[in-house]
Amino acid sequence: MAEKKQKKFTNPFGTVVESLYDLFDKKAPRYLLMTIMTAFLIYLPLSSSRFTQEIMTNLFFYVVVCLGLNIIVGFAGLLHLGYAAFFAVGAYTTGILSSVYGVNFWLTLPFSIIAAVIAGLAIGAPTLRLRGDYLAIVTLGFGEIIRLTVRNLDITGGAMGLIGIQRPVLFGIVLNQITHFYYLFFILAVIAIIVSYRLHDSRLGRAWEYIREDEDAASAMGINVVQIRLYAFIIGSAFGALAGSLYAAKMTAISPESFMFIHSVMILLAVVLGGMGKIPGVILGAIIVTLIPELSRDIGQFRLIIFAVLLLILMLYRPQGIWPERQGISTKL
Amino acid sequence: MSETILALKDLETRYGQIYALRGINFEVKKGEIVTLLGANGAGKSTTLKTISSLVPASAGSVNFFNEDITHLDPYAIVERGLIHVPEGRMIFKELTVLENLELGSFTLRDNVERKKRIDRVCELFPVLKERHKQMGGFLSGGEQQMLAIGRALMTEPKILMLDEPSMGLAPIIVQNIMDIIKQINSEGTTILLVEQNAKVALKLADRGYVLETGEIVMEGDADVLSKDESIVKAYLGE
Repeated sequence: MAEKKQKKFTNPFGTVVESLYDLFDKKAPRYLLMTIMTAFLIYLPLSSSRFTQEIMTNLFFYVVVCLGLNIIVGFAGLLHLGYAAFFAVGAYTTGILSSVYGVNFWLTLPFSIIAAVIAGLAIGAPTLRLRGDYLAIVTLGFGEIIRLTVRNLDITGGAMGLIGIQRPVLFGIVLNQITHFYYLFFILAVIAIIVSYRLHDSRLGRAWEYIREDEDAASAMGINVVQIRLYAFIIGSAFGALAGSLYAAKMTAISPESFMFIHSVMILLAVVLGGMGKIPGVILGAIIVTLIPELSRDIGQFRLIIFAVLLLILMLYRPQGIWPERQGISTKL
Repeated sequence: MSETILALKDLETRYGQIYALRGINFEVKKGEIVTLLGANGAGKSTTLKTISSLVPASAGSVNFFNEDITHLDPYAIVERGLIHVPEGRMIFKELTVLENLELGSFTLRDNVERKKRIDRVCELFPVLKERHKQMGGFLSGGEQQMLAIGRALMTEPKILMLDEPSMGLAPIIVQNIMDIIKQINSEGTTILLVEQNAKVALKLADRGYVLETGEIVMEGDADVLSKDESIVKAYLGE
């Protein structure tokens, strides 16, 4: 496996990019960049159209779910093809509690996380002993099961979906403008980034890294592999569920079609494209996956083809992702 | 006679329908170096893997300090002080030497103690100290083996199980590693050594067991075994 070296990225442009990455891996430039970005993003809604804000809100949503999936795929190395199901769980928990039982939006969040943890355990506990491909198939099935269940239950509104989800109220203001949601999702994205960094540097993050690199060696060194993987599943699900809850509140209506397989694929694409396990890489992936289709709307019908070609080229020349976790020796993939 | 700390009783392991171990009995006493010899496919590595629970036993038992550890999970066995350095070294090629060592003390939460253990390992293997910032994959075969042993020592094990530490290494490096194993042993760690290189192993060990197709066919003191004619014929190539 390791013998089959991948093509090395050695054009001069590549080295410039690498040194840029190295620069931002240092603490001071990273904090500086983050401060500038934060200031810019806080200011942005004051001077931009609703359309821009809508796209940016969508981007923040994607950043959160990508970082959530990154915990499972990037940190723990578990291929997950049904991630949309986790934000479906969050969205529907909030949706049902809010529209059927009239529960305050903020109070639905803990339930949303609990539901996601239960879903994470239900899918994780029996399957995490499986390796690679098998796990991917089970998660794929799980994603479809959730979608079809939601489609056929009365309480979830069947194929029609749920409508009339209450708007959240914060400090007496009803959040119903796009600008409100822009800031709400922005805050959630910032929290997701901070939590991701803390996890990455934690003891748990280390354990994930060891297991991802070599499961047997990690287990021979005293790491409880199944338990540590289960944590990845649970934490990743919680990220997805929270994002799903906010999504439900923003849309006020959700239907099973909002959680199709294609969404799981797009999120996974962003994670792999950006660089599995690397937080700025994943954010970059989320930006590419959400912004390129929007920005190239003018091209019309061809945009998806162009997008696809772009992805293929990237994967050919940069299989480890745009901004990978480690740039040393070639990876086993 | 010192006490027996590890005892295998009628241990059987199967891969599907095929028996890899057919009822193995042996014991390791405190402070010893015991070696398991045998040709390819005799079941040496399987024995170690079964002890450390990487492979489940189908019958029989493993006792460690009078506790039945046969069906514990691998991490729980490490916690009890039984560590396995797998064949082919299995170091983390994309982590630095230091990170590899830190993994060894994963079960430890005391940073001062961790630092102390790293220093001790670096004392045993000066080359690891020199190269602590390099990635594991850049080390030579011998250095990788040292790293694997060093990583295992980070847990301060009661028994260190080594699976073919001499594999693929030049004779001079093999001797170097054997000397270090001897030194680790003299500092109080019991050693269970699996080797194909019978000459080297018997020189180092106190006692030996010879495995053949999943059964122990011979056992005894190392100096007796190294003079035994059938062993000489089968493994020493004379």
